[in-house]
Amino acid sequence: MDLHDFSLRQLREGLQKRDFSAQELTKNLLKRIHTLNPELNAFVTVTEAAALESAARADDRLAKGESGTLLGLPMAHKDIFCTAGVPTTCGSKMLKNFVAPYSATVVERLAAEGMVMLGKLNMDEFAMGSSNETSYFGPVRNPWNTKMVPGGSSGGSAAAVAAGLVPVATGTDTGGSIRQPAALCGITGIKPTYGRVSRYGMIAFASSLDQGGAMARSAEDCALLLNVMVAHDPRDSTSHPAAASDLLRGLDRPLQGLRVGVPEEFFGEGLDPEVAAAVQAGIDQLAKQGASIQSIRLPNNPHAVSTYYVLAPAEASSNLSRFDGVRYTHRSSAGESLDDLYLQSRYEGFGAEVRRRILVGTYVLSAGYYDAYYLKAQQVRSLIREDFRRAFAEVDVIVGPTTPEPAFALGAKNADPVSMYLADIYTIAVNLAGIPALSLPCGFTGSGLPIGMQLMGDYFADDLLLNVAHRYQQETDWHLARPNLKAGEA
Amino acid sequence: MAFDQDAVRRTAHLARLALPQEEVPAVASQLEKIMSLVEELSAIPTEGILPMAHPLDLEQPLRQDQVSNHDERQRLMASAPATEHGLFLVPKVIE
Repeated sequence: MDLHDFSLRQLREGLQKRDFSAQELTKNLLKRIHTLNPELNAFVTVTEAAALESAARADDRLAKGESGTLLGLPMAHKDIFCTAGVPTTCGSKMLKNFVAPYSATVVERLAAEGMVMLGKLNMDEFAMGSSNETSYFGPVRNPWNTKMVPGGSSGGSAAAVAAGLVPVATGTDTGGSIRQPAALCGITGIKPTYGRVSRYGMIAFASSLDQGGAMARSAEDCALLLNVMVAHDPRDSTSHPAAASDLLRGLDRPLQGLRVGVPEEFFGEGLDPEVAAAVQAGIDQLAKQGASIQSIRLPNNPHAVSTYYVLAPAEASSNLSRFDGVRYTHRSSAGESLDDLYLQSRYEGFGAEVRRRILVGTYVLSAGYYDAYYLKAQQVRSLIREDFRRAFAEVDVIVGPTTPEPAFALGAKNADPVSMYLADIYTIAVNLAGIPALSLPCGFTGSGLPIGMQLMGDYFADDLLLNVAHRYQQETDWHLARPNLKAGEA
Repeated sequence: MAFDQDAVRRTAHLARLALPQEEVPAVASQLEKIMSLVEELSAIPTEGILPMAHPLDLEQPLRQDQVSNHDERQRLMASAPATEHGLFLVPKVIE
């Protein structure tokens, strides 16, 4: 096995036993990034010099006998997290030249642990997309088949982890942006309970839905990374006072007596038969490990996509009004008056999908339409949350597919935005309710594309989801499969 | 339907997006598709349902009214497209 296949635990053991140094590990992965990234386009920025410096510092600390859980271990951030002194583009021309003056809380916390950041990962522009094709820096390619999309918006994170460019990466999830690419790239990814991971320094898309999380090849590695990310942060007004918790403590609990609910609404029309079969096999596996399975209903789930496409664009149109061409963003050379400067800079700086969502959001918030769209959607959002409340009175975990189909071809859904939106049909309700959810690999299609199974839990059941996924991965080996990547033909 | 070309032009101006006329028809048809997707919400009975403001119904925390920011003018302005004497430059707004 090569270093790039190691889990965090294996890498940590190797560092502690001095089988290799943090600098050797960092150089090894940087070399792999240089070889494979030209094809995959997962990284938009590689911070080689800074990575080697922080690896050297980690080696000094290791030599002094320090034994931090993540000390010297490599990672990369989705390019939505601000990193002081390093470009933070959010996948947009608007922020092409933006160098963040400060670091996100998540970035600070992982750096303080002694993790080594190798760079910043590609993403859909402002996290708006499900295929990574809206990035100003070009699409990311799926390591399992480079004609296919990796999913989005955290597509760079998912592809980098699947391809072994980094063992773990951060992502963010507003409507499925961690779980959907995790499913399409055959890795594990968790969107925590809303309020668990600080949004400070995480560029805002839809603030009431956005949540940072962890992406890795196993649930255990997700838990190790996320365990450091969760904390109350006074700098984020929606950070939960009880955000911090030990996510590793219960990881090994057996699944005997676990009550699993399977929502009928997740297995209806539009679900690919190969995905349905693999997820059903995953549910059978949980039963084999001691879980009891029952059918449940989430009757308002079919309204989740339409609710989301009122609320998320509304919040986005407000959040993105700060990009004005004056202070730190793209500035048009065409503007002659101040109003022209705004109009032209914003038109030039935003891509087509971001402009579309700003228009939808502006429209639903404009005079005369607020009650019909925004208020109505917030009421339906209450109904969606009620569905989950009722379900979690009877079951501990809800299980279903993460996506209706496996990875699709680049360009396949670009002509019709609504067809792209439906890629998130099973992931969006979770964000609207604010509950945690995780995607883990549960099989492959006949053509060799990964399939993801989604676990959803009640508020603050993040540890339970990691526990269930970890136990499942003790008995199955889907998460150990690796794409066949060779330089030049990647 | 909601998104005729006039509505697109009006909304684009509210959003401060200089949408060129040749893009308006295509954008109008895409926005119309999106609005027909969300139109189904109007059929859902929601009388008496409270709109959801926060997943955990938390209230906004208050903090002491104390200065906690440092003066970082230089660092914060480093990414600005045009500055002079520590100020952001914009086109003339007063003749």
